[in-house]
Amino acid sequence: MEDLTAYYKTERNQEWRVELRKSKKAKERTDIKRVSMPEADPHVRNKNSEEVNKGLPADKAVIEASRCLDCANPTCITGCPVGINIPKFIKYIEKEDFLNAAKVLKETNTLPAVCGRVCPQEKQCEEQCFYSLSLKKDPVAIGHLERFAADFEQHSGQMSVPEVGQPLGIKVAVIGSGPAGLACAGDLIKFGYDVTVYEALHELGGVLKYGIPEFRLPNSIVDVEIDNMKKMGVKFRKDVIIGKTLTIDDLRKQGYKAFFVGSGAGLPNFMNIPGENLNNIFSANEYLTRVNLMNAANNDYDTPVISGNLVAVIGGGNTAMDSVRTAKRLGAERAMIIYRRSREEMPARVEEVKHALEEDIEFMNLHSPVAYSGDKEGKVTSMRLQKMKLGEPDASGRRRPIPIEGSEFDVEVDTVVVSVGVSPNPLIPSALPELKVSDWGTIEVNPETMQSSVSDIFAGGDIVRGGATVILAMGDGRKAAAGIHKYVGHLVKAN
Amino acid sequence: MNKIIEKEIFSENVVQLILEAPEISRSRKPGHFVIIRVDDKGERIPLTIAGADTKKGTIRLIIQKVGVSSAKLIKLNVGDSVLDVVGPLGQATHIEKAGTVLCAGGGVGIAPLLPIVEGLKQAGNRIVSVLAARSKDLIILEDEMRHLSDELIVMTDDGSYGNKGLVTHGMEDVLNREKIDLSVVIGPAIMMKFAALTTKKFNVPTMASLNTIMVDGTGMCGACRITVGGKTKFVCVDGPEFDAHQVDFDQMLQRLGAYKDQEMKAYKEYLKSIA
Repeated sequence: MEDLTAYYKTERNQEWRVELRKSKKAKERTDIKRVSMPEADPHVRNKNSEEVNKGLPADKAVIEASRCLDCANPTCITGCPVGINIPKFIKYIEKEDFLNAAKVLKETNTLPAVCGRVCPQEKQCEEQCFYSLSLKKDPVAIGHLERFAADFEQHSGQMSVPEVGQPLGIKVAVIGSGPAGLACAGDLIKFGYDVTVYEALHELGGVLKYGIPEFRLPNSIVDVEIDNMKKMGVKFRKDVIIGKTLTIDDLRKQGYKAFFVGSGAGLPNFMNIPGENLNNIFSANEYLTRVNLMNAANNDYDTPVISGNLVAVIGGGNTAMDSVRTAKRLGAERAMIIYRRSREEMPARVEEVKHALEEDIEFMNLHSPVAYSGDKEGKVTSMRLQKMKLGEPDASGRRRPIPIEGSEFDVEVDTVVVSVGVSPNPLIPSALPELKVSDWGTIEVNPETMQSSVSDIFAGGDIVRGGATVILAMGDGRKAAAGIHKYVGHLVKAN
Repeated sequence: MNKIIEKEIFSENVVQLILEAPEISRSRKPGHFVIIRVDDKGERIPLTIAGADTKKGTIRLIIQKVGVSSAKLIKLNVGDSVLDVVGPLGQATHIEKAGTVLCAGGGVGIAPLLPIVEGLKQAGNRIVSVLAARSKDLIILEDEMRHLSDELIVMTDDGSYGNKGLVTHGMEDVLNREKIDLSVVIGPAIMMKFAALTTKKFNVPTMASLNTIMVDGTGMCGACRITVGGKTKFVCVDGPEFDAHQVDFDQMLQRLGAYKDQEMKAYKEYLKSIA
């Protein structure tokens, strides 16, 4: 940490940074109002798949960047799970040197264009911004600026390929090509390892592809980032399930010295209430996978999807928001969120809830389904909801929902999407009985090194956390890469 | 990309493909399935592996035309490739010596039954097989099944081959005649439902292999969920084989029809597009 602090200080004392700081008075900077993100018209966008946030134009990005005070003690960095040198990239934007801004992002972040779109910055870097902490003003729009710099580079035709270390001639396998795996692979290749990423699906990107919809994160953005990793030398193999097609032992025999397991979320949770296996009741995973990964809403593709007219989505997280907004775009007349607590307790990002409301999504807070009924073909036709009230805070710190007896009533639906969380993917743990897992099926790791109970296996992301965000998964991937580097380094020395 | 090495047409709607898939051929066991995607517009469909040749690095799939994806697949020829083949998936069959095993296969259900019978035979079981289909040309893999079975009975609905009658008639004759220790039934859901009811009357432990709708096949989407013994199970990771007496086949039949309207519409459009 001391090294890092010294590094930030040296960087901050570079002449161009000093000059730039002097060019405007602090008062001038703090008087500027935070930029707002241009957005697509809610009543147009809720009928198509165009991206909702349009991105900042260059002039606005430069003004927003000038709000940043380039603090001596950049607290914002402490809020970033992948430790981006935030003031440095922002000051490059103020200097209108956008390509160098992007380069700074890529020093520690494999997927800046992705993070600029889907990170909950309001709970991370921006929450730790001097404006939030001390001035009680809106923080610098770090997320919007990250996206600006990354997009600028993607469109510039001058994508920089981060430098990679001297080849060490040591093979490391990464299992899963989601955010955890990609972040880990990105750092491993920089250390000089021979890295192969194994993916079970036919597309690379994991949840970035099958989960997050096009209107929030276009697949083409993910592909550019992955292509860049290929240019760095990372190898990818699709349609291979480690633990099934090949075992960890097969890979050990092929000479792999360490493994990172980022196999993500698996089994979707259901509520185990009557009628839940009726037709047209889906898990959010199934619903989103059909639309996002399989292109089911496009008639040229073979995979079908039910585009319901009266759609209820059960849950209050980002996945629930993604599902309900997808349902609206597929033509639903009513697209409803059913959540058992109030608006304040919803785990979804504030921005997602705002966008959903603008798009005419109905919110039924303090309601929970207790049963479904269907027609003679087995299709769901209605759900029985029970009203809830809030009691004392529970272990999660949020107020506990308490059912109100006798408050049940029926609502007509033709499609239900259940988005009440997922359990970790069982494939790797079930193939490796010696691997220590928790009662919930998550792999147990040393939180510093991400090393599991099997010394050459490291893990991170949802397989360790149960269910978290893209950026936390990426932070795990980076930590694991450092852990692997240390572990394999000892092996090399021992020989 | 997985190349087609051999193709054999069993009947108008049933085709056998031998596909290049070296890693899967080595890791697969009886009971496993693969998910395939024919081309970049294709859907992901599960197909049980009917056999493998580890020396040649190939797997054997038997496909019945039921909709767009299977129609596209059986139209492919030797030298063509299937875009994605992933597996082996599911739990392998639990194979042990039980004694006398009654193995009943209906239609293309005979294909996944074959490697299981092979395993059961190797484990030292006495095998009585009942193969059933609507008519003679739909009875597949008869020679191989006969070779592995101590006794083989063929049933056809129309009496065009073997005995006239349903699979359950053939099973009932055997169950009335001798003590059966275990039964394995694989075929259309409706056939497995009645086959399970038949063995239940005789209290014979029975295993069924289920082929439900799937998307990823790795336990992620939950499309394949069914009720077994009152609990929701995922066919792709908990199965595909279950205690047939515990499976809610009526619910399975209902869930298999989830996309019936879309599937029929898509198939009509497909036929128009190739006409």
